[in-house]
Amino acid sequence: MRSGKFRLGWDKGIILLLVMLILFGGMSNNLFLAGDNINFIIGDISEVMLIAFPMALLIIVKEIDLSVASNLTLSSAVIGITWHGTGSMWLAVLAGLLSGSACGLLNGLLVTKLGLSSLAVTIGTLALYRGLCYVLLGDTPVADYPTEWTDLGYVPIPGTFLPWVIVPMVVAALLFWYVLHGTRMGRWLFAIGQGDEAAIFSGIPLKRVKLGLFVLTGFMCGVAGLAYTVRFASSSPDGALGYELLVIAAVLFGGVAIAGGVGTIWGVVAAVLIWGFSRSYLQLAGWDANALVIVSGLLLLLSVTIPRLLSKIRDAVAHRSSRPTGRGGAAPPPGDTAEHLSPAVAGHDQGSHRG
Amino acid sequence: MTSITKKVMAVAAGAAVIVGLAVAPVYATPKAGLKIAIIPKSINNGYFAAWNKGAQKACKELKATCKYIGPTQATGPAQVAFINQAIQQGYNAIVLSAADQNALAPALKKAKAKGICVVTSDADVSDPKTRTAAVLPASSDRIGAAEVDWIAKEIGSKGKVAILSAAATAANQNAWIEAMKKQFAKYPNMELVGVYYGDDDATKSAQQFNQILTEHPDIAGIISPTTVGILAAAQEKKSKGSKVAITGLGLPSQMKDYVLDGTVNQFGLWNPIDLGYVGTYGAAECASGNLKQATGAKLTAGGKTYVEGPNGVIYLGDPFTFNKGNIVTFAKIY
Repeated sequence: MRSGKFRLGWDKGIILLLVMLILFGGMSNNLFLAGDNINFIIGDISEVMLIAFPMALLIIVKEIDLSVASNLTLSSAVIGITWHGTGSMWLAVLAGLLSGSACGLLNGLLVTKLGLSSLAVTIGTLALYRGLCYVLLGDTPVADYPTEWTDLGYVPIPGTFLPWVIVPMVVAALLFWYVLHGTRMGRWLFAIGQGDEAAIFSGIPLKRVKLGLFVLTGFMCGVAGLAYTVRFASSSPDGALGYELLVIAAVLFGGVAIAGGVGTIWGVVAAVLIWGFSRSYLQLAGWDANALVIVSGLLLLLSVTIPRLLSKIRDAVAHRSSRPTGRGGAAPPPGDTAEHLSPAVAGHDQGSHRG
Repeated sequence: MTSITKKVMAVAAGAAVIVGLAVAPVYATPKAGLKIAIIPKSINNGYFAAWNKGAQKACKELKATCKYIGPTQATGPAQVAFINQAIQQGYNAIVLSAADQNALAPALKKAKAKGICVVTSDADVSDPKTRTAAVLPASSDRIGAAEVDWIAKEIGSKGKVAILSAAATAANQNAWIEAMKKQFAKYPNMELVGVYYGDDDATKSAQQFNQILTEHPDIAGIISPTTVGILAAAQEKKSKGSKVAITGLGLPSQMKDYVLDGTVNQFGLWNPIDLGYVGTYGAAECASGNLKQATGAKLTAGGKTYVEGPNGVIYLGDPFTFNKGNIVTFAKIY
């Protein structure tokens, strides 16, 4: 697969960072890698991780969905009222997943059929879906879920310290990894990210693909909504506030270029894990919540500036030795725009990895 | 030694043992050196800074190590991370003001499974099984009754009174208003003419205040059981030069100027310092094995004894009244 020699791209860099963080954290604080704490961290990052996967795909095709947190909460609200209305948790879960997908479909239709910008559309639906949560639930949260369901939120998988939510997380990670890096669909997504026009000319059903991605994002919001409902044993209209920014920050931190066309699933996985582990580490080390907010802001800023600086240095070095840049297996890190990439569209393993 | 003396001595010894057994729990003191986490709804909030002040005072007296940890955002999910931190770091007890009645349940069950005592203080959770005790300001009945008593004092127990509340759906306010209606029965010459809703919005509360004056030009008093409402009412009263008497629940720091210039003579709120103080004593007693969830169980803090009601709820008593005499001191605190 690899055509060039090994170079440390951003996505590999953050995997290294993650490993270092875990080793350092484990050695300096014996609570950090305790089973209970790992259990907590996985639960804590679960919703963000579940939504980060489809968000990565959306950003790769140069779209975005800011309504994800509202959609998650709306799914949770729908689970709540369906549970109250029917007394069946299975129906409630189904309704939650349908609600998530339907919200995603609405976003997708507005973007692909009316040609609106996804940024504008989803700022609108962010407010709309949140408003619907208040309409459905009023000021009384649903909290009388059956114990056998809410136990899933905090009782670990028997014989392990892992929470149940790790099952959908791993399944989703593998599926998204396979689709993005192992299928023709994945190559289409990178091709779209590198240029709509070229993608259309090469026969990619651009609008259908994008519509599908919005529905998929909505569906994953439904899954995350279920996880959230179970984890907090309740549905309330003010849930998951600000999660959309956490998701987008993690995706960008994971090496997905905001300009589209570049990204990996393992980069996103590592980014979400770094976010969860570092937060837990700092908290156990006694940092207060205000400092945590500042640190997570700085981390994000660094994650967008360092790759940019690195690529500038790399360009300058390459310029001096007058070699062409952006060739072979070495794609530039996030922050670089698609023009830096080789112009080949839907090429063989273009984008299935980044050097 | 005669057999009688022997018998007497034996009886005395037996009695001493019995008395000792009976007395022992009464004299049981909380263990020293406990680790207690003090978790507010959110940090960066003056009300909780005052609450923590009371908690830290108790910690000092109890020789406990206490840490004030909490989120920047007052939501249940954000608090869960700090409950977990307390679990991880092996704290013996948690004093918690719950930002969400329901969402903390799984985290609190986890804490309980680890043998950590949880006492809520200031704001409780909906499932009493997830914590040992709850230290709360005052029962709805006492809060509602006190507000009616304040306005009666202001207007000489006669005349028309209106209520300027928060949202029509606000559960706390509605419970207090129910209690107020009961208390009005004790004042035959006072008439409750209506309940108005300012939605805890400053502008809307001011509009509703003016609405009351328009509809009832002879209104004698207004009770506003919400910090936003009473502040808006005081501002409007001052700017309109109205004579209506105002009382209710307010924050001393916000109301100070209006009390000093006589716009408002008295109003109340609970004292967050006391809530934090008693809550921390509850947590320490629980972690020492001296406090269980049982109706009638006693908790002593700072020389005062509080009694648990049903579901482990402990009320501090009547709301605290602020007036010209004490407002300056309390305005500095919250």
